[in-house]
Amino acid sequence: MAKVRGRGIASVSYPTGMNLGGDPTQALVFCQPTGGFSVKLASTDLGQGLKTVIQQIAAETLGVPLESVVVDTGDTDSAPHCMGTFASRGTHRVGNAVIMAAQEARRALLEVAAEELEASPDDLDISDGVISVRGVPDRTLSVFDAALAAHFKYGRTISGRGIYLKPKSTVDPETGACDPDSTVAHATTVADVEVDTETGEVTVLRLASAYEVGRQINPAMVEGQIAGGAVMGMAHALMETVYPEYPALRPHAHNLSDYLLPTTMDLPEISSVVLEYPSSNGPYGVKGVGEMTANSPIPAIINAIHDAIGVWITELPVTPEKVLRALKERDAAQSAATAAD
Amino acid sequence: MSAITVSFTLNGRATTLTVSPATTLLTALREHAQLTATKAGCSQGGCGSCTVLVNGEPTLACLTPLAHVEGQEVTTLEGITPVGGLHPLQKAFYDRFAAQCGYCTPGMIMAAKALLDRNPHPTREEIAAALSGNLCRCTGYLPILDAVEDVARQNGGGER
Repeated sequence: MAKVRGRGIASVSYPTGMNLGGDPTQALVFCQPTGGFSVKLASTDLGQGLKTVIQQIAAETLGVPLESVVVDTGDTDSAPHCMGTFASRGTHRVGNAVIMAAQEARRALLEVAAEELEASPDDLDISDGVISVRGVPDRTLSVFDAALAAHFKYGRTISGRGIYLKPKSTVDPETGACDPDSTVAHATTVADVEVDTETGEVTVLRLASAYEVGRQINPAMVEGQIAGGAVMGMAHALMETVYPEYPALRPHAHNLSDYLLPTTMDLPEISSVVLEYPSSNGPYGVKGVGEMTANSPIPAIINAIHDAIGVWITELPVTPEKVLRALKERDAAQSAATAAD
Repeated sequence: MSAITVSFTLNGRATTLTVSPATTLLTALREHAQLTATKAGCSQGGCGSCTVLVNGEPTLACLTPLAHVEGQEVTTLEGITPVGGLHPLQKAFYDRFAAQCGYCTPGMIMAAKALLDRNPHPTREEIAAALSGNLCRCTGYLPILDAVEDVARQNGGGER
């Protein structure tokens, strides 16, 4: 009886979004008379930072400071439709819709500014909230003044509509070929574990990952997703189940004493690197990062357990009971083999 | 319908609330005192998101009948937040990106404050132990431990 260590590796290819009949999201952008922009979304920020990355994307597209953009989310009565926040689709789908809406609003803004500056809208740039005529540095107009003029002088709205639709892809009946996803992110995780063969407990010592996520809009938030996902993945591998009495399928986890969540005392050493290979259809090259961060640690841990004790455990979570049972079967099989020799 | 009247000190102010007898401290804070920083997570004592300080000790507001704090001192996140500013723990959580959805954050900060009040120089292990009753689904805890360690280091502790 001992503590034995093992190392496992696993990789995932993670398709962003889903496509069971088309996968759309809409956005509306409008400008207040003060030059502040509002982005209206039914999409929900679950804590990953969708509101922040959308604020960044809208500000970048409009050419205004971050503080000039307010992102209003989560009310399906007062905002245009979104399929939802899942499958790492938020930044990709919502970002694309917001770029489209912001571009239309930007065009409306420039048409007003063109009247004020007596120039063609095509010759205007917006940067940091200031509209300027290309090649004529002293002819400028603030977005604030353009918005005021639109509202009180010309009687025009500065607004934009956006939608991103991943069209439904039908499956070719002959070949099975289809186009289910929009862009694919990638990840590899290496896990080091220690298995206590006396108690059956598995301890994850280290999770080292590489994530290829397309372009990062907000690197600090990407890092946060990865660290959170690593611990969530570890917990899916070792602790969490709504069927603690499996194979009995009676859902039994009524509270947090039935449903084991990891705490500050269960943390492995976590390290990660991020690689950026921008996607062709994501907003500013985004692919998506959220969900796959909890995916790759799970098979890496299972592989590490196999490396440590030589048995495959094929049912999650890997509880101490399952490890002890597997070790017992392994030892019985070895004894039988020895006896047969 | 019977009612009880409970007098206690809430964030430094003498407070009297009249509530139905089974009212928890959590419900009293959120629905009677309108102090909503304290969060209702599992409401079964399992997650720590309702952690407040009673006489400086971290206490689960969801399991504490309001009647039990008669004459006691209750401190919530609102009570440690300076007007127009941030408590050093709030600042450290902000700097370290230690919140994603933010639901666990008030309880985490109150549990961490209780630790630092008791032990201004905790080690990383002591911080982890003190926060082990507070669940976080989003962050993987590492930035939370980093944030509390930052404040401990400002106090002269926190070496790994």
